[in-house]
Amino acid sequence: MGYEFLGLPLFYYLAMFAKVMVVFAFLIFTVAYSVYAERKIIGHIQIRLGPMITGWHGLLQPVADGLKLLFKEEIAQSQVSRFAFRLAPLVALVPAFAAFAVIPFGDTVEIGGYRIPLQIAAYYDPALGRVEDVNVGVLYVLAMSSLGVYGIVLAGWSSNSKYSLLGGLRSSAQMISYELAASFALVAVFMLSQSLSLHKIVADQAGLFGWYIWKQPLAFVLFCICAVAETNRTPFDLPEAESELVAGFSTEYSSMKYATFFMAEYANMVTVSAVAATFFLGGWHGPFPPVINFIAKVYFFLFCFIWIRATFPRYRYDQLMRLGWKVFLPLGLLNIVVTALAIVL
Amino acid sequence: MANKETMTLNMGPQHPSTHGVLRLIVELDGEVIQKITPDIGYLHRGVEKLAEHRTYHQIIPLTDRLDYLAPMHNNLGYVLAVEKLLGIEAPERARTIRVIMAELTRLMSHLLWLACHALDIGAMTVFIYCFREREDIMSVYEKISGARMTTNFFRVGGLSQDVYDGFETDVRRIVAEFPGHFETYEGLLTRNTIWLQRTVGNGVISAQEAIDFGMTGPVLRGSGVDLDLRRDDPYSGYENYSFKVPVGTECDTFDRYKVRLVEMRESLNIIAQALDSLRPGPVLADAPQVCYPPKEAVYNTIEGLIHHFKIASEGFPVPAGEVYQGVENPKGELGYYIVSDGTAKPYRLRIRPPSFINLQAIEKMCKGAMIADLIAVIGSLDIVLGEIDR
Repeated sequence: MGYEFLGLPLFYYLAMFAKVMVVFAFLIFTVAYSVYAERKIIGHIQIRLGPMITGWHGLLQPVADGLKLLFKEEIAQSQVSRFAFRLAPLVALVPAFAAFAVIPFGDTVEIGGYRIPLQIAAYYDPALGRVEDVNVGVLYVLAMSSLGVYGIVLAGWSSNSKYSLLGGLRSSAQMISYELAASFALVAVFMLSQSLSLHKIVADQAGLFGWYIWKQPLAFVLFCICAVAETNRTPFDLPEAESELVAGFSTEYSSMKYATFFMAEYANMVTVSAVAATFFLGGWHGPFPPVINFIAKVYFFLFCFIWIRATFPRYRYDQLMRLGWKVFLPLGLLNIVVTALAIVL
Repeated sequence: MANKETMTLNMGPQHPSTHGVLRLIVELDGEVIQKITPDIGYLHRGVEKLAEHRTYHQIIPLTDRLDYLAPMHNNLGYVLAVEKLLGIEAPERARTIRVIMAELTRLMSHLLWLACHALDIGAMTVFIYCFREREDIMSVYEKISGARMTTNFFRVGGLSQDVYDGFETDVRRIVAEFPGHFETYEGLLTRNTIWLQRTVGNGVISAQEAIDFGMTGPVLRGSGVDLDLRRDDPYSGYENYSFKVPVGTECDTFDRYKVRLVEMRESLNIIAQALDSLRPGPVLADAPQVCYPPKEAVYNTIEGLIHHFKIASEGFPVPAGEVYQGVENPKGELGYYIVSDGTAKPYRLRIRPPSFINLQAIEKMCKGAMIADLIAVIGSLDIVLGEIDR
């Protein structure tokens, strides 16, 4: 103790490193087991059992899948654009994880005389007596979630396959359209909180009735639907519509590169679930210890993702675009106008 | 006009939703379809030619493998054609069991159609539910014939054997349980906005166009043409049952879907009526020239053994002549045209496969639509490649 770096105690940096490791481990675990949960839940919805062989009730299935994919041969046909082909899975995966840097999963805890906020990119400033986090946290989240689309576009383009190309085109159009509507839904929230800091947004939602879902029900619904569309999940899973485009943008991928895309999809689901929980369901607030509250909310959204997948058919490309631009975008704008009027009056 | 380049997409023969080994060469402008060229033949086994070198009984297993999702109905059309040529008729009980099995086959085929159609459009839970129900019918198949798909159950002159004990209970359970399952499907699909958006107004083909293409079956009835061979040219005792023939009005994928759902309910209706009229009796016609003797006779008497050997090794001669028999297969009119030269093997067997003729209209139905529509149309045409390629 006593050592300082850039005016902050060294302990803060150690804590930040620890948080990164813990959150990363949690994310990897959740991503792996949300695949398992998806197979189990859809299995039971469809009167099947899902994985049962690997471990007790198939609990080791994600490990087995991961190992299998790791040892598979990497296949890249001779005509692919190699650099982009290799880069694409990473471009898809990294932003999904990176977005978690600003998500608060709890308030502060006190360790060794220091108050540590449970948020990676944040520190407690004793002089000001409050948590300082990224003051443009919302923008950071939006930026990260739009970066993921580059991975898919690159994959579709570099694979030199028509199905991949169509999948990539579909996803870029889809993600850009729904990104806008999702952003508009979030705009209404930070108009209420008067801040772009995620810590402040959550801190403002103390108490069950302080959750923004009650003040912004329309924005919540809009965001949820757009979140499904942005993560390319049913009923908006056009980029990888199996019955139409075989496997869409990931058709030509194999081995760990394919697994990376797979992880990116689930990591994106976790991220948007976390964003939804943060913005609308009061983040860490709730009856249990803060972190548990937050995780429970994220898992609830993940369950809904899976449930929807088991129930709905798929939209057609033009219907999806029409829905995004002609329904959700105007609704989002309307919601902002109404919110603005309510604040002014 | 600016120089517009189109993209040629080769769909199939290995593609998740071409229902087997259909290959479509699709010309796309963006995602909009300009031209479709179906390329068939990947499942060609030369059934019609093979038939020329087989006795009439040996052809029955070949017919199982035409529309392999409706084997009993294929058997039915063929044995009826041969019976017509021979001038014999199956006994009452055999005819009734044939109707029950034919309608169960229709249910089975339509269930698989619904499963795949729903899966193509993305509703995967319906897929598994339909397979669960199909399994019930498959188990009846297995108990009655020993096989789940290639049943080879019907014989010229009747059936290979009588039904097992408990057949009636099994089928009555199906009749009682299935309407509830249909409600589930309708709840998941008919009342789902996305399903409606995907199917209503999709793949329209007018009544006149459908007739011009020679389309038959639910595809034709979906376009509003009221034609059903079971009612209009009855066979195997269909004239004794009362049932509705559903027709569509909008000529689109949704109407074809509705027509098939109503047909499944009507099939249950026919099965219930047939079960009520099922009386004990022989299941093979009294035509020793054609039909195998009973097994007790084969094992215990020398005359029976010789009789069996003669038919098994030489077959039976069929009077020279020509015959056409069409049946209302789940997919449309399945026709058998047999030319006999008076020997024990047909001179020529020509099969009119409904899927082959229905498939011709695919370009007409999909031009200007998107890839996703093409998938929905393939599903709603309900094609089987075993029958198209023969």
